[in-house]
Amino acid sequence: MITLAHYLTVAAILFTIGVLGIFLNRRNIILMLMAIELILLAVNINLIAFSAYLGDLTGQVMAMFVLTVAAAEAAIGLAILVIFFRRRGSIAVDAADRMRG
Amino acid sequence: MIALLAFYLFATLTIASAVAVIFARNPVHSVLWLILAFFNAAGLFLLLGAEFVAMLLVIVYVGAVAVLFLFVVMMLDIDFSQLRSGFNRNLPFGLIVALVLMTEIIVAISAWRAGPALSGSHVPQAVQPNIVALGQLLYSRYLFPFEIAGLILLVAMIGAIVLTQRKRRDTRGQNVSRQVRRNPKRATRNTQPGIGQGVEL
Repeated sequence: MITLAHYLTVAAILFTIGVLGIFLNRRNIILMLMAIELILLAVNINLIAFSAYLGDLTGQVMAMFVLTVAAAEAAIGLAILVIFFRRRGSIAVDAADRMRG
Repeated sequence: MIALLAFYLFATLTIASAVAVIFARNPVHSVLWLILAFFNAAGLFLLLGAEFVAMLLVIVYVGAVAVLFLFVVMMLDIDFSQLRSGFNRNLPFGLIVALVLMTEIIVAISAWRAGPALSGSHVPQAVQPNIVALGQLLYSRYLFPFEIAGLILLVAMIGAIVLTQRKRRDTRGQNVSRQVRRNPKRATRNTQPGIGQGVEL
């Protein structure tokens, strides 16, 4: 039988993979954005697991809001990425401090 | 029993494809692995009885966000091998941090005791369909946050358009107001050139 801890463990592993992805791909901002999506997915799994086991739908509503904000964040992040690439011809974010002004 | 098998299938595939997202050499492959991870997470949501959020995950993430990622990855001409240069240097440190983090979270989960409301090991049977229940909640109690979510999406849309729009100098667009302002008096001129002479333009 599947307990709440099962889902929490899956979410924990997914969260850790996301954090590891941010650590490993420090220069590639596209992969960093994808890792952030993974982290948000882990948060959503937590929210929905708690909501299901508590029999309270508030968690699912919150998961929808997280989904909304994640979509908005991805759109804005990719737009910034596109203008950054247009300006500098590369997406290496360790040179991003030259972007000021 | 089938639910348990499905859970392990979905959980394993989600985690495996998440690992593949991070370690794939080609970012296009990363996006495709991300899509697989989202599909399997939607399967996990279905097991939890959250059908609406599962479908939303497939539509919003796979249909919109992942395609957006795919567009950007394929549109920009990026040398990705050069971007991976710090990968192996960061690997030991990143693995240590990740292992410590995961151990902490799992220790916290196993040390934590669920209260009486959470002690049941099965998902309570829903009295009405998930979509109906969510809709009733969204349009009554969470109406204001729901509207704010719409506003956030609007701001994101306008922001993305404004950020990526650029004026190009080499296009010849139609200038309507200039065309309307033009009248025959200023646009034409009557001349009577002599024989053998041209018209001064």
